[in-house]
Amino acid sequence: MQSRPGTRPRRPGMWAIRGPLSRRQYWLFAALGLLVPLGLWWVMSSGAAVDKVFLPGPVDVFKRLVTWYTEDDLLSDMGISIYRVTTGFLFSAVIALPLALMIGTFRPVQAVLEPLTDFIRYMPAVAFIPLVMLWVGIEESSKISIIFIGTFFQMVLMMAEDVRRVPLAQIEAAQTMGATRGESLKLVIFQAAKPALLDTLRVTMGWAWTYLVVAELVAANSGLGYSILKAQRFLQTDKIFVGIILIGLIGLVMDQLFRLAHRKAFPWLHLKS
Amino acid sequence: MTMPKISIQHVGKVFGEGSHRVEALKDVSLDIADNEFVTFVGASGCGKSTLLRIIGGLEYHTAGEVLANGQPVAGPGADRAMVFQHYSLYPWLKVMENIKFSRRLKHGREALTSAEVEAASGRADALLSLMGLNAAANAYPNQLSGGMQQRVAIARALMGRPEILLMDEPFGALDAQTREVMHDLILHVHRLEKPTLAFVTHDVEEAIYLADRVVLMAPRPGRIDTIYQVPLPAEREQDMKHTPEFLRLKKEILARIRETSGMKTDQDMLDQLNIQGEMV
Repeated sequence: MQSRPGTRPRRPGMWAIRGPLSRRQYWLFAALGLLVPLGLWWVMSSGAAVDKVFLPGPVDVFKRLVTWYTEDDLLSDMGISIYRVTTGFLFSAVIALPLALMIGTFRPVQAVLEPLTDFIRYMPAVAFIPLVMLWVGIEESSKISIIFIGTFFQMVLMMAEDVRRVPLAQIEAAQTMGATRGESLKLVIFQAAKPALLDTLRVTMGWAWTYLVVAELVAANSGLGYSILKAQRFLQTDKIFVGIILIGLIGLVMDQLFRLAHRKAFPWLHLKS
Repeated sequence: MTMPKISIQHVGKVFGEGSHRVEALKDVSLDIADNEFVTFVGASGCGKSTLLRIIGGLEYHTAGEVLANGQPVAGPGADRAMVFQHYSLYPWLKVMENIKFSRRLKHGREALTSAEVEAASGRADALLSLMGLNAAANAYPNQLSGGMQQRVAIARALMGRPEILLMDEPFGALDAQTREVMHDLILHVHRLEKPTLAFVTHDVEEAIYLADRVVLMAPRPGRIDTIYQVPLPAEREQDMKHTPEFLRLKKEILARIRETSGMKTDQDMLDQLNIQGEMV
């Protein structure tokens, strides 16, 4: 294309493909993305068109949050749910990590475990509830087991993939410096895979939270998921909203903590050149 | 005659089985003398990298025998350090920690008297200077240019004083100017540290400039076609690349690679494309 004489190429605007966005503009759009739905919610709920039972307004939800905190012991509900999720998640991580290292490093282990894991992960975790009740009972351990079942199999496969993605040249370089098999595994493969493994943990932590409500279906009498289910029985829609939003917020905080840990533990990945 | 540092005897390598069977190397024999600098060139698929990896013990051969220091090669070892084209540095370690990586290995810690530890630390410092990396000692690899990264990789490979240094297209990803600097650097290292050097490249000019001998390999099956003695003085200078004997050898090797590649020349390919174009 020929440009007219005297015209200079202009700085691309924010709507150019992959165009630039200043920090201020970014925060402006981000705030917009949060405030617009909130405003819409408020407008829709405040009109007479929608019954409060179906859609409580932001104010009702906030009021319910306060009464839940002052009268119904919100903190212990949050505490027990956080405990269940983190325990189930930690169990799954502690077992998944060594298995993933083996699957990603040794082909026979991969051949034995990967098809099996692939098969199990397609089974719905919810369907295991009767079995878990039968085998584990209805104590705390049953809720943790459900969260474990929901996250473990995905976690193993994703972590094994992280391990497999370690560049072969890094491993071979160690071998030609005299590294043994164990040293290659410990000093190269594990070290190289660590950042990706932490990212996988961050993603699967989100999944652990999605299994919370399912887990608290099993004979629970406390917890956020349980409260949501109970609120449904009493048509306390505002409480359902509080529960869902709280789970979202806790998830967001944990996600940010994982990101912070990533920046602290792997400084070389977050360098500004 | 003294014992060759590397002795490759009737080596063959077959990948896969049945209909997937590929003969990557067939009856390759070559002796490389102590402190010799040998470069390998050839059309793609000639097995030059495979041969280097077999010497390094990273690939096994299916026929013949390879001796390094008179010992049959059975696997990778610290006596045969390897420098790769890229992705071999440890991004989580700073430059100095990368260079000292072998000290973390049991093999590297066998020297345990304080004098030996001190000597090793001194060696790391010396390698850092030799490679011109002093200012980068505390940088992470991803903060360095490609050329600097390869300097680190070479320093790390030299740290354990390997008698044999294997290089698999180490400068293949670098720009032409950086590559020239690296050529003189590696020649300097070769003079100073006196390793036996086997070096795979696709750059014929590089192969001639660096080597005592250039080994030209041919594909299908991978084999040694011709071995050229480089008719240049031991001390190389960039200007030598313009001497008639250099240019003659370069032309000869390029022509031979084209002949052995089994493919038509570029001109043939273009003619072919033109004919097809006219038919359309």
